[in-house]
Amino acid sequence: MDERLLTGIKKSERIQKLIDYLFEDKPQVEADRARLLTESYKATEKEPTVTRRAKAFAHILRNIPIVIRPNELIVGASTKKPRSCQTFPEFSFQWLEDEFETIATRSADPFYISDETKKALKEANSYWAGKTTSELATEFMAPEARLAIEHNFFTPGNYFYNGIGHVTVNYGKVLAVGFKGIRAEAETALKKAKVTDSDFVTRSHFLNAVILCCDAAIEYAQRYSELAKDMAAAEYDATRKAELLKIAENCKNVPANGASSFYEACQSFWFVQMLIQIESSGHSISPGRFDQYMYPYYKKDVDAGKLSLEQAQEYIDCVWVKLNDLNKARDAASAEGFAGYSLFQNLICGGQDEHGVDATNDLSYMCIEASMHTMLPQPSLSVRVWSCSPHDFLIKAGELTRTGIGLPAYYNDEVIIPALISRGLTLADARDYNIIGCVEPQKSGKTDGWHDAAFFNMCRPLEMVFSRGVDKGVQVGPQTPAVQTMKSFNEFFEAYKIQSDYFAGLMVNADNAIDVAHMQRCPLPFMSSMLEDCIGRGKTAQEGGAVYNFTGPQGFGVANMADALWAIKKLVFDEKRYTMNDFASALANNFGKDMDSAMAQKLTAQVAIEIAKQGKTPDNNDIVAIYNKIAKNKCSEDEKAFYAKMLEDIEGLDKFGNDRKEIDAFAREVAYVYTREIEKYKNPRGGAYQAGLYPVSANVPLGAQTGATPDGRLAFTPVADGVSPAAGRDVNGPTAAANSVSRLDHYIASNGTLYNMKFHPSALKGRAGLESFVSLIRGYFDQKGSHMQFNVVSRETLLDAQKNPEKYKSLVVRVAGYSALFTTLSRSLQDDIINRTEQGGF
Amino acid sequence: MGLDTKGRIFDIQRFSVHDGPGIRTIVFLKGCVLRCKWCCNPESQEYAIQQMVQGGKTKTVGRDVLVREVIEEVEKDRIYFRRSGGGMTLSGGESMCQADFAVALLEEAHNRGINTAIETTACAKWEVVERFLPHLDTILMDIKHMDSAKHKAFTTRPNELMIENARKIAATGANLVIRVPVIPTFNDTKEEIGAIADFAKSINVKKIHLLPYHRYGIDKYAGLGREYELGNLVTPSDEKMNELLACALSRGLDAQIGG
Repeated sequence: MDERLLTGIKKSERIQKLIDYLFEDKPQVEADRARLLTESYKATEKEPTVTRRAKAFAHILRNIPIVIRPNELIVGASTKKPRSCQTFPEFSFQWLEDEFETIATRSADPFYISDETKKALKEANSYWAGKTTSELATEFMAPEARLAIEHNFFTPGNYFYNGIGHVTVNYGKVLAVGFKGIRAEAETALKKAKVTDSDFVTRSHFLNAVILCCDAAIEYAQRYSELAKDMAAAEYDATRKAELLKIAENCKNVPANGASSFYEACQSFWFVQMLIQIESSGHSISPGRFDQYMYPYYKKDVDAGKLSLEQAQEYIDCVWVKLNDLNKARDAASAEGFAGYSLFQNLICGGQDEHGVDATNDLSYMCIEASMHTMLPQPSLSVRVWSCSPHDFLIKAGELTRTGIGLPAYYNDEVIIPALISRGLTLADARDYNIIGCVEPQKSGKTDGWHDAAFFNMCRPLEMVFSRGVDKGVQVGPQTPAVQTMKSFNEFFEAYKIQSDYFAGLMVNADNAIDVAHMQRCPLPFMSSMLEDCIGRGKTAQEGGAVYNFTGPQGFGVANMADALWAIKKLVFDEKRYTMNDFASALANNFGKDMDSAMAQKLTAQVAIEIAKQGKTPDNNDIVAIYNKIAKNKCSEDEKAFYAKMLEDIEGLDKFGNDRKEIDAFAREVAYVYTREIEKYKNPRGGAYQAGLYPVSANVPLGAQTGATPDGRLAFTPVADGVSPAAGRDVNGPTAAANSVSRLDHYIASNGTLYNMKFHPSALKGRAGLESFVSLIRGYFDQKGSHMQFNVVSRETLLDAQKNPEKYKSLVVRVAGYSALFTTLSRSLQDDIINRTEQGGF
Repeated sequence: MGLDTKGRIFDIQRFSVHDGPGIRTIVFLKGCVLRCKWCCNPESQEYAIQQMVQGGKTKTVGRDVLVREVIEEVEKDRIYFRRSGGGMTLSGGESMCQADFAVALLEEAHNRGINTAIETTACAKWEVVERFLPHLDTILMDIKHMDSAKHKAFTTRPNELMIENARKIAATGANLVIRVPVIPTFNDTKEEIGAIADFAKSINVKKIHLLPYHRYGIDKYAGLGREYELGNLVTPSDEKMNELLACALSRGLDAQIGG
């Protein structure tokens, strides 16, 4: 292997220029796509949905403004301004109109929006009232599921308001045969279809839609070819002129045809990656095993002496920058949950191939190098680890971790492959897995995984055990027995299962309703053209065209639930130090603590709005009175002292995350309540449900909707993130915490688990530090943990960044399954990151 | 004896990466013969179990344990030892003050195939030191100063015994690493570090670690109701440390800053 792959290839000057240009302005919302989409829809009202989708896609691609940004080698932009976004009113639009006035100033992920754009969007949006997927999904949901959503038991917000995304298409196929090849495949299938076939109508509609989409993609690239040619004609700088002419040539050839060089392969890849994100607003369009499908082109050019390592690295770096050029505006609540403008374009390198042979290659190293060069949150870089991973490769990955960018995430082949096989994948497909979005494994080009189907707050059903299913005065859950009458821990645990199962069932109902809404209103023929076996089955992925179909809603709060149930078991039933009634009143009174002032303000505002809705305007005095009523605890001093003692006793108990086998085994059982229930269900695309255990960053906003819990967690504070121990409770260091976390069943949570660990940079100092770091990952993976990721920044750095955000514009931290710009995160999430136990080496 | 040997520790710290090879679990034994002014673990010095205030809470420092209890805790990270070439390190306090316990613990670890190391001043009779040697893979021994009077002024003891023990340990061919806490006003000149380096070379020690003074322990003095005498010291600059490193390197030693 070339030594430079280990030591690093020099970053070209161009890359920094591209990055600087990207961050010159605030991202903005643009209206072109919404306008063109609506124009097309108005003109195709009598046609089948899939045809309308294809025609709208084509209309957009023919007319949307195109730009080549300064110094670019890889071209194709979905917006005029860098890092900006289009809108997708066919999924939902009302939230954006509601937030027109606040989106530029909100704390999480602000976007600039001009008055002109607002006007254009309003005009386009007016067409979509009653026609969106979110409206249809709402209609399809059972009333009790809607009620459960209103009461924050789970949130299916992601697909409720947006496209599905969460896919890795068969990039390799486009690189090999181009859209002309895919078009030909559709044509052949169309010729084979007989008018007498039972599904001839839908099949022919779909195949014709694929043909339209392929033509549109080809034409779109031709527009870039022409633009590059025009720009070259007007360019005085001879070097840039030559570059533009080369770009013109590339875009003429790809993605219409198969790529004839590594450079063309990069360009072709990029068109696919971007166009999928013009067709639909779904995020987590994950490039997957880039180092594998790009390798043949790299190898051929390098062997032929046509490509230097430096040039290859520059192309890869350019792709990395482009992945940060895309953006997405989300509603305020989702923006908190997915904070950091993240698109979760997960790209993975290393690991074994379909034959079980290690497939780490030059590009695997260069992908890591590219992230070092760009130091940007996209792609969400991941690394596959197994017993035969080259040690050097993991050390190189550790070097990237050490930069503090929060990348890469590490995945364990030894858990994920058998887990996927248990879900019905073939051995070869399972070995060739990649990661979608945050942490969700699947087989590329064959899977419609619906990996991020909902967030399920595992703490909320426990609240319902205490309230017998009543939330804010409404009977939302089953009426389980009063806790005061419970004679054994088993009785209590059973009641928790009943509540949890009930809400899990409603979540399934909500997800399936959304699934059908997408199937009926927003099938995606372009994306489906690159997913097996859509052409064969004659339908889009949304209609069940993919080989593998899943729905993966994720539970979070495992650590809180384990600690909470453990506290009840120990203190009430085993040791009889407290009664269930003590716990019931302690939780109702937030352990005698005042409410966090920010939360109290938020609740006060909500109450004020409710009063205003009733036609009264509360004055200042009223508001102060409301605030005091909400914020101040009304407990007597005696009660406060009692609760304080109770908190102390809870604190004295073992906690998940400290390598205590008994409570860790208990946590495993608690997680099963969710994971085993979920896998019983089926989705409308003919696939099964599989659970994940990870929260993205929803543990903060959804924790803010959760009352106090018996583990001593106060009301409305964040719940534990992923499968990590609750913040600050793992006090025996990273190995102890990792041992605990490994004791959960990571196989059954086959939609992914997420284990976040924060390191002070001192732990990774020098080669010896990296060696220990890699050993830590290896040790965790030996015990069958599935995923690990790291935050390597000092607490001081983060505090300073809060104070002086302007100094830290490019500070990247790993929030959950992805990295984000720290200063763009909301204050509460920043605080949460700072408060997570800092795992230093001593 | 053996597994039931009793000893007194004040902490077990897992995932230590700067005290011997790989990922290590450090067992901190209580009690020390020296009273170094810069000591960052002042709660380690007294053998007696003490109360210390930390973060507004009073906590008990020190507990009596059996070898079997400690080894059980150490075993928990075996998987990381295996991956990293790490193991158990005894620190303190001074382990040689509790020789029966420390030796039994080291022997037990060795019997189980766990790599062992010790951080020590070796301020003990040779008969005691000798008992440790067969059970140690790495010895991280402090040499703080070559001048006995100055050594005494800052640690309460002269250095002759320790210097002699270092010589003898080195002569056995043991894997000995000399560690020097670099303390401003005490030993942070090129001459003083140079003298230690010369000594190391003279007894055929290859490795020397220069550990820059730090102030992390300062709150603990207050927590014990003690005065921190070196209140005005500042951490040595990187530049200074590199100068001293160069000085050690110039003796042909394998020198590094930090553990």
